[in-house]
Amino acid sequence: MGMSLAGAARRGAAFAARLAPGPRRALALLAFWFVIAIVGPLLAPHAPGEIVDRDVFAGFSARHWLGTDYLGRDLGSRLLWAVRYTVLICTLSTLLSCGFGIMLGIAATAMSVWVERVLGRLMDGLLSIPSLLFALLVIAAAGESVPALILTMGVIYMPGSYRTSRALALRIAQADYVMAALARGEGRIFVILREILPNMTGPLLSDIGLRFVYAVLLLSNLSFLGLGVQPPLVDLGSLVRENVLGMVYGAPAVVVPTIVLALLTVGLNFALDRQRP
Amino acid sequence: MGRLILNRLAASAFSLAFVVVTIFAITAALPGDVADTLLGQSATREATAALRHAMGLDQPAWVRFGRWVWGMLHADPGRSLMTGRPVAELVGPRLYNSLLLAAATAAVSVPVSLVLGLACTMARGTLFDRVVTLLMLGTVSVPVFLIATVAVFVFAVQFHVAPALADINAVHSPLQFIRVFLMPVVALAGATTAQMSRMIRACLIDVFSAPWIEMAVLKGVAPVRIVLFHALPNAIGSVVNAIALSLSSLLGGVVVVETVFNYPGMAGLMVDSVAARDVPVVQCCALIFCVAYLSLTTLADIVAAASTMRGRAH
Repeated sequence: MGMSLAGAARRGAAFAARLAPGPRRALALLAFWFVIAIVGPLLAPHAPGEIVDRDVFAGFSARHWLGTDYLGRDLGSRLLWAVRYTVLICTLSTLLSCGFGIMLGIAATAMSVWVERVLGRLMDGLLSIPSLLFALLVIAAAGESVPALILTMGVIYMPGSYRTSRALALRIAQADYVMAALARGEGRIFVILREILPNMTGPLLSDIGLRFVYAVLLLSNLSFLGLGVQPPLVDLGSLVRENVLGMVYGAPAVVVPTIVLALLTVGLNFALDRQRP
Repeated sequence: MGRLILNRLAASAFSLAFVVVTIFAITAALPGDVADTLLGQSATREATAALRHAMGLDQPAWVRFGRWVWGMLHADPGRSLMTGRPVAELVGPRLYNSLLLAAATAAVSVPVSLVLGLACTMARGTLFDRVVTLLMLGTVSVPVFLIATVAVFVFAVQFHVAPALADINAVHSPLQFIRVFLMPVVALAGATTAQMSRMIRACLIDVFSAPWIEMAVLKGVAPVRIVLFHALPNAIGSVVNAIALSLSSLLGGVVVVETVFNYPGMAGLMVDSVAARDVPVVQCCALIFCVAYLSLTTLADIVAAASTMRGRAH
């Protein structure tokens, strides 16, 4: 077990070393947030729904490091749970959107022109509905359950991923080494898995990172409107929403989740920004 | 050129058809629920069936779809399920308010973004450019409600220069107009300006890598002159494209900002209707938003296409 873990870590490090600095930084940041999402709630001193103090919107103290929320619950504990829900929901929806997007995008390079054209039109149609509006429509019909949110965001961000991966795959499909592989008689699946996919990893990772940020932004906006994650579950957007009255007192209950959310999205965007070396 | 525009319009028409079908398909996916919701759990099966019949919900989906599209074409989007009033009566005044907010935001963000984009291009590589670029990237990266919340905190809680909630009925003088609109417009324009100035800067810097700009620099033309008379006219197509695209992305922001400030616009109505599952109102608002979004993106594409064609003709 220990050996295989060490081996996996070594392989991971070797993989990361081959990447451009942008995706590498983003990957490291994502790993950091994953660890918090998985380990965080285990370390939380209180249950997220437990009322621990009569003092609402309390400031920083030794007993409650990040103060209390609008009902006198421990904000630190709730924040750890909120990070878990935000990160996990957005990860699952990004896996969904990018998984299907990349698969279809690469497959489109090998499809007949007509299938590809119809697929492209459908994706354009999906892209012509603003993301927040699409989410509101689905919520109006299906309600705001977590699986529905994941599925909806998966559909919303798939066309973008499809476009990016298709453009990347089309460019690589013209490369000499792909021609060489086809000339020596390799099968389509082999060429896609062994020649095309490995050579688009870097840009694809950047694209996946960006879609993750988009998903976090959309989910937070929805939750802030009261139409995303519903109590008793909590994510970063709903945490800000329920404590928004504390703003008048400058309570940590509204300031801290806001800063954590900004750290998550701004950090990833800065890491991925192409204009910086 | 003409064919290019026709092609683009045809693509938009297809997208519009797709949008109309999608809006209806998503919201009409659960036909029984509306009657159930209205009558509550204690309703008899006969009462629910009668209401469903009265509302035309027992008809096949394509009949209801046809009727909905027909109504939309005649500016009759049906009646609200919650209030029973015609949807057009609810949406009309709110649409006007939303357009007012959008116009005010555009009036602020377009000139500011142009100036910022130009300033950053002229001073590119300097500390000023780097600070502004980072600030803009930071603003683009946070959710709109965060900008709105910070705006409330600064203007309403700390400095008391503006009310936290917009009361559009209290507008009787230009000064009051500015006070009521200040907060929503600041929040919306903040988000839009960040996006727009980033795109404008990217367009201009793209033009700046052209050889004839280098020639102008070598000739000793003043930097301001280069930007205003050499770079800007040649980038005008992509700049207008950037402006239209940023304005279209403003739509998502409008939804959040109207809710935060309780602004009586169409987006706020839509959010309330989503929470109340008032489907006809949601459908109507969604369609209006999608048409606005589509027109802006189509315009952006046509301008971009037209400007590259002109460039090729030279």
